[in-house]
Amino acid sequence: MLLQLHEPGETPAPHDDEGGLAVGIDLGTTNSVVAVARDGKAEVLRGEDGRGLVPSVVHYGDDGSVVVGEKAREAILESPDHVISSVKRLMGRGLEDVKSLAGTLPYSVEVAPEGGMVRLKVAGRVLTPVEVSADILRAIKARAEAALAKGVDKAVVTVPAYFDDAARTATRDAARLAGLEVLRLVNEPTAAALAYGLDNAAEGLYAVYDLGGGTFDVSLLRMEKGVFQVKATGGDAALGGDDIDHAIAEHFLAERAERLGEQTITAGEAKQALMVARIAKECLSRSEGGEWMIEVDGKPSRHFLDRATLERLALPFVGRTMSICRGVVADAGVELSDVRGVVLVGGSTRMPLVRAKVAEFFGRQPLADINPDEVVAVGAALQAEALTAGSDTLLLDVTPLSLGIETMGGIVEKVIPRNQPIPVAMAQEFTTYQDGQTAMAIHVVQGEREMVDQCRSLARFTLRGIPPMTAGAARIRVTFTVDADGLLTVSARETATGVEQNVAVKPSYGLSEDEMAQMLRESLEHARDDMARRVLTEAVVEARRSVLAVKAALRADSDLLSGTEQQAIDAALAEVERAIAGTDRDAVNAAVERLEAATKGFAEKRMDRGIRQALAGVSVETLGSALDGGEE
Amino acid sequence: MNASAAAAILPCWSCKGPVCGRALFCSVCGAVQGPNAADHFARLGMTPAYDIDIDALERQYFGFQRRLHPDRFAGRSGKEKMLSQQQATSLNEAYETLKDPLKRAVYLLGLLGRAVDLSACGTISDPELLMEQMEKREAIAEADTVEAITKLSASADADVIACQCHISAAFNAGDLDAAAELATRLKYLTKLAEDARARKGRLMRGA
Ligand SMILES: Nc1ncnc2c1ncn2[C@@H]1O[C@H](COP(=O)(O)OP(=O)(O)OP(=O)(O)O)[C@@H](O)[C@H]1O
Ligand SMILES: [Mg+2]
Ligand SMILES: [Zn+2]
Repeated sequence: MLLQLHEPGETPAPHDDEGGLAVGIDLGTTNSVVAVARDGKAEVLRGEDGRGLVPSVVHYGDDGSVVVGEKAREAILESPDHVISSVKRLMGRGLEDVKSLAGTLPYSVEVAPEGGMVRLKVAGRVLTPVEVSADILRAIKARAEAALAKGVDKAVVTVPAYFDDAARTATRDAARLAGLEVLRLVNEPTAAALAYGLDNAAEGLYAVYDLGGGTFDVSLLRMEKGVFQVKATGGDAALGGDDIDHAIAEHFLAERAERLGEQTITAGEAKQALMVARIAKECLSRSEGGEWMIEVDGKPSRHFLDRATLERLALPFVGRTMSICRGVVADAGVELSDVRGVVLVGGSTRMPLVRAKVAEFFGRQPLADINPDEVVAVGAALQAEALTAGSDTLLLDVTPLSLGIETMGGIVEKVIPRNQPIPVAMAQEFTTYQDGQTAMAIHVVQGEREMVDQCRSLARFTLRGIPPMTAGAARIRVTFTVDADGLLTVSARETATGVEQNVAVKPSYGLSEDEMAQMLRESLEHARDDMARRVLTEAVVEARRSVLAVKAALRADSDLLSGTEQQAIDAALAEVERAIAGTDRDAVNAAVERLEAATKGFAEKRMDRGIRQALAGVSVETLGSALDGGEE
Repeated sequence: MNASAAAAILPCWSCKGPVCGRALFCSVCGAVQGPNAADHFARLGMTPAYDIDIDALERQYFGFQRRLHPDRFAGRSGKEKMLSQQQATSLNEAYETLKDPLKRAVYLLGLLGRAVDLSACGTISDPELLMEQMEKREAIAEADTVEAITKLSASADADVIACQCHISAAFNAGDLDAAAELATRLKYLTKLAEDARARKGRLMRGA
């Protein structure tokens, strides 16, 4: 059956003149990396110092300056209240969510008066995590543009497979603020598998174990005939190398308090202990032991740490990752022996303890040839190229968490279960529970638990205008649609009357369209140019499509036209092409409209002939198939 | 016959010319078309039957997704992106329905005019099935060693497979009533097998 179908819809080569390059970005909790791929070869874009990793740390100066990366990270010690790090943990989160992180964050967090996403107070400013991430992305974009000596305006950005809708939306918004069009949000494990070329490897099941700074992710991917499918994912959005740093820092601080005979730990001490802890931990991946010093207010203390002690401190966290692995394998209904390979991702997988535990669990040595902290960006870059230049590999993702609706008594009714291939649309019917009820509150939640208060609230809206009926008589059909990026739209409809409401779910912890527009205006000095260019690009893409469609129709059916009719169409085509060459969006749209008017009669004649031929028994399959599609 | 062929001719949204209602792409201008009203089997190019070759189903699904998935339309016009998303959504729905033995049975029964609603009946009406289910459920809940639950889980899985074979035989014999009854049974057996697997997972994790 497959072979009978025409293949004219192949993706055309992109038009070079349509803008800048597309890069792959791993926007990490601790570090971010950018890479670009050309002809299937990816290259990490490095800074002047040759390093690929840009610490995801931002320093906000009193003078309004914004510094991202290594310099910002170094500034943590001198001016901790001017620096923000680990902001990824706060993406799309409300105050409730971050309570568990309290104390682990080196800056103060508050909620906006109207609720919603947390706000960060730094250097006298109040910022959303989206804005801070946008600052990181701007720096990454600048690095890429400098390295490539070319404009960069499109990107594949990676997110943990476990990221919920709120966090995905926040990531997308951040990229938009930074002037980057997100071609696709790709799950980090999938990107890592692409980097290893598993799309060309033996078919089968692969596991990706990603332990970074702030998040842990494990995914089972199935690769078959060039199609990647995420079979199951699990993880913890607040588990990573940072936790190990904290454990070591506490160990150091306890030693220090004892040695100096002090009771209180200052913020400065805590910060320095954390930094020293990270350095010690990374060092012990290579050596067996060492000595480090913490010095605050002229009071030094020395701390010895060996690998055995480190591993004792790290074991509870590594153990948690292993039990999540076990859960994911069970969830997917597969046997461990089905797993043909394991990919290591994330800087924390450099720890020998982690490698040993992973090898023990999966019963095989994991793949680790590509730098574990760069592998995700490499895969993202390959995917960015695939999306813009066309490729045979296809990434099929699944919903990371179940999506549902609150019903009576705070119980969650699932509408889309987790691990469903996306894009997906599913509907569920609900009814009123009071006589004469004319409105219904719809509360959208995400999570696996049965009770609403144990799930994450995504959005609330009210369906109004339900005709008054007896309780239980109204039929309200709620449809959830999740697109290929994992972003949710919800619509509700009373089926008897057709009263309908559509809401793109702007998560409770997200930014409203107004806030987003406001930020775009404030943050981009050329925001208006950016918007105008975007709108023009859209109009031009649409106009090009119209021109190609009409030309294809002419090649197939121009015998239906008289000389003057053909001339009129040719003139209208030429007009659209002239408009496309300019920069006036209205002129483009007007020319397209005139082209449509000029071809109206032609279209009718073509339809007439098609129907006549069908009636005469000409196989519909062969209709107009003399030409192979409309691309030139 | 020809008249219905004519009715299946629709204007392409892009070049406005005639296109077969079943086509995924316009043969003249190449534009992707919206999903048609085909049933799940037809959408994936499969013959409607309970016994299906899962490998073939998968090949068909991947083949169609490779051409219709929204990733193939990055940088295209908004309308093309939207249509491809609808196409990919329909493919996912068809594939998810057909690859699952229970959903496939229910769906095929619906196609054959013998609709069964498994979601509606929360209670088991067949007393024999009820007894059997209660006993097995209890055994699973009470299993407290990995060995015990592994045995129960294996036997639950075997029951599921046996029931699928019976459903297949019922469809082949054209006995839709039997197939419908067995589908109900399969629903409970599948649930049991899932519970057993979940409990096994928990016991293995030491919880
Ligand atoms: N040699 C090493 N040994 C141990 N840990 C290391 C080593 N090198 C880096 N790390 C740790 O890896 C973590 C950073 O990893 P990575 O850059 O992959 O994280 P990330 O991608 O930013 O975070 P996430 O994936 O959570 O968003 C830090 O906790 C860092 O201390
Ligand atoms: Mg990472
Ligand atoms: Zn067409």
